Amino acid sequence: MKIRVLVSLKPGVLDPQGRAVHHALEGLGFESVEDVRIGRTVELDVADGTSDEALDEMCRKLLANTVIENYRIEKVG
Amino acid sequence: MSFRAAVITFPGSNCDRDMAVAIEQVSGSAPLRVWHGDAELPDRIDFIALPGGFSYGDYLRSGAMAANSPIMRSVKAAADRGVPVLGVCNGFQVLTEAGLLPGALMRNASQHFICRTVPLKVENAQSLFTSDYDVGETIHIPVAHHDGNYFADDEALDRIEGEGRVAFRYAENCNGSRRDIAGVLNAAGNVLGMMPHPERAIEPAHGGTDGRKLFEAAIKALA
Repeated sequence: MKIRVLVSLKPGVLDPQGRAVHHALEGLGFESVEDVRIGRTVELDVADGTSDEALDEMCRKLLANTVIENYRIEKVG
Repeated sequence: MSFRAAVITFPGSNCDRDMAVAIEQVSGSAPLRVWHGDAELPDRIDFIALPGGFSYGDYLRSGAMAANSPIMRSVKAAADRGVPVLGVCNGFQVLTEAGLLPGALMRNASQHFICRTVPLKVENAQSLFTSDYDVGETIHIPVAHHDGNYFADDEALDRIEGEGRVAFRYAENCNGSRRDIAGVLNAAGNVLGMMPHPERAIEPAHGGTDGRKLFEAAIKALA
């Protein structure tokens, strides 16, 4: 079973990397960009039947730092 | 009685030797060197230091992998028993990731790696690590980090400040840390995490000796 975990910074947490990329996009002439936030994708290949609870625990214990990050778990097949 | 300290080395730690030398110079006893893969700390440890560096190449997040190293279970148990634990730089990141300290260390607001000596204001001079300083005193300690931007939400910050758990603040905020926080204590006061490197300010040849008092205070607290 393939799982995709999307980790993103919580709203309100400053994202210096996103800000720099935003600035670079403006420099390239893309003036319509209003905000950039950078996150991380983790792709997991797990045994069929791995529980939602186990996946959630993986995110809370390691894949995301819930002090600063939100996560979303997607089953991709 | 000799001071029995342990310096933990993770794969990618690079300030472990500096930390060990500093502790030996100040205490007169060479600390035990402990590998991250060890399941247990040696017996009767008086002080635990988590050094700076780039444990596990900063994979995932700075300190995230090291926080789940086998030795950390034993470090957490020792911290719960009241053993002093000092985390410097990457060691601070490991302590936050391990849940021993609140907050998180993010990429510097400037996006740049900063390597220079910075002025710090001593906020709490009552902890076992800071009792040789004076409240409000300015000390100079080197920083060398890319991810030193301290973040915690307002509620957590209010609580930390209300409980007097900010040990040091940057006199000039060099990395974007919220409320200029450079070093934080746990609720019991026996765990300190800080981005600046006190072990790099021990003898005059280092360019300053302001870090020495931190180790002296910890040794005195034990005696």
